[in-house]
Amino acid sequence: MNKMATLTTTKAAAIPVAAPPLVTLRGVHKVFANNVTALEGLDLEIRAGEFLSLLGPSGCGKSTVLRLLSGLTGPTRGEINWVADCPELGFVFQEPTLTPWNDVFANVWLPLRLAGVSKEKARPRVEEALEQVGLAGFAKAYPRQLSGGMKMRVSIARALVTRPTVLLMDEPFAALDEITRLKLNDDLAALRSSLGATVVFVTHSVFESVYLSDRIVVMAARPGRAVAEIVVEAPTQSRQEGFRLCKAYADTCVQTSEALHVAMGDRSPKMLKGGMA
Amino acid sequence: MSKDDFVGYAVPALTLGLGLIAWEGLVRYFAVPTYLLPAPSLIISTLITDWPTLSASLWVTLSITLKALGIAIIGSVGLAILFAQSRLVERAFYPFAVAMQVTPIVAIAPLLLIYLSPGVAVLVCAFLVAFFPLLANTTLGLSSADHNLVDLFQMYRASRMQQFMLLRLPSALPYFLAGLRISGGLALIGAIVAEIAAGSAGQGSGLAYRIVESGFRLNIPRMFAALLLISVAGITIHLLLTALSHWLLRDWHDSERGRET
Repeated sequence: MNKMATLTTTKAAAIPVAAPPLVTLRGVHKVFANNVTALEGLDLEIRAGEFLSLLGPSGCGKSTVLRLLSGLTGPTRGEINWVADCPELGFVFQEPTLTPWNDVFANVWLPLRLAGVSKEKARPRVEEALEQVGLAGFAKAYPRQLSGGMKMRVSIARALVTRPTVLLMDEPFAALDEITRLKLNDDLAALRSSLGATVVFVTHSVFESVYLSDRIVVMAARPGRAVAEIVVEAPTQSRQEGFRLCKAYADTCVQTSEALHVAMGDRSPKMLKGGMA
Repeated sequence: MSKDDFVGYAVPALTLGLGLIAWEGLVRYFAVPTYLLPAPSLIISTLITDWPTLSASLWVTLSITLKALGIAIIGSVGLAILFAQSRLVERAFYPFAVAMQVTPIVAIAPLLLIYLSPGVAVLVCAFLVAFFPLLANTTLGLSSADHNLVDLFQMYRASRMQQFMLLRLPSALPYFLAGLRISGGLALIGAIVAEIAAGSAGQGSGLAYRIVESGFRLNIPRMFAALLLISVAGITIHLLLTALSHWLLRDWHDSERGRET
């Protein structure tokens, strides 16, 4: 705990966005059973209330970061320190990952059901979550009757139903078509400003990450590590369609693309930092 | 009824009808003796006149089939659940299940008749053939839950029991039902084969026994009538199980998905 406190002060001074850290990853290594190194010495701080995107090519370990944060797996070396003891997590996968034999209501109810909340007690919460994702009135539909975008909305509603303090999203819109994806980006941006939850968003889309995030951490592959950090300056509240037309948006996209390019070109992180900052 | 439905029912019905007419016509034209090949009309009339005997036999065979299927369901699902709990148990027992499956039932039947009373032996034979497809499918089904959902359940700290009841069991249902459709037909075949192997030793009087008996007496029309009943029983079992599967999966499974155009 003491160590945590010192880390906080040093970091808070270095980074302009002043918010208390929620979780700190220090020198995290993750080596899988098949000897593949997914992460090597990852340092990452996630601040309360921010929208953080992890951007990088496939194989950079960005999904592994989410699995570590969710506690599904532990680090091989290094430490992950949460400020709060048991933060309420919500998880959204790349696939909707719904149970096809349950209707929309039962799918969204699932996290509460597993916590022992009865159907009737859960009803207001489930309905609220469905409303938040724009699916009020679809409670009785079965997943197979829904489009890909709607299934993803159900998946997000399920993550929201526990009122999580941290929302972990693993390329949630990667499998959707461009138009659906833009719409869901808009809705997520709006939803996010009303929720106030911390979001960790894994993506390989530069535009998506710039549009949604307060901060982008660019990762490089083999071995996975963080190589650059980009702070998106626009106020989060103004993230509606208009933001995509702003010069700030375009500039940040260029900056982010360059950072990603460097990350994929496998140059040293130090050179990159000099170049970008 | 749509055009597709009409074609779906009418075409096979027409083929069957034409086949039967040709059969009837040829038998009459060449005056084939009934002990060689009875005409369809004679088979039907035999079925009607011998109905009391044949229906009793049908009931015997059906009850053996259904009992065997019931025991196979309970046994296979129970064992599959056990397999799902521990890889070691699966390793220990699976080879025996395979051995039971690949050994032809006709070859085991005479042996079983030595150890067991004929009624029980026939039941065990039908059980043995119905058991394996159910076991194999259910075992596969229980281990094929979406791994992301498994992660999700783990993340929300689901108990083992919750994971089993809310995830693994429903995931296994389509596999189980596919196995059930195979096993339904096989249970009937197992019962018939075992009855034939039991032959005169069988005091029970199932349909297979009627066929053997009618053969000895050169009562070929009755042989055909019994054969017809076996086919109809098999088809009925298949249709019922298909309907059950459709009813259980209609809301969610791709196999039951209509073409939504």
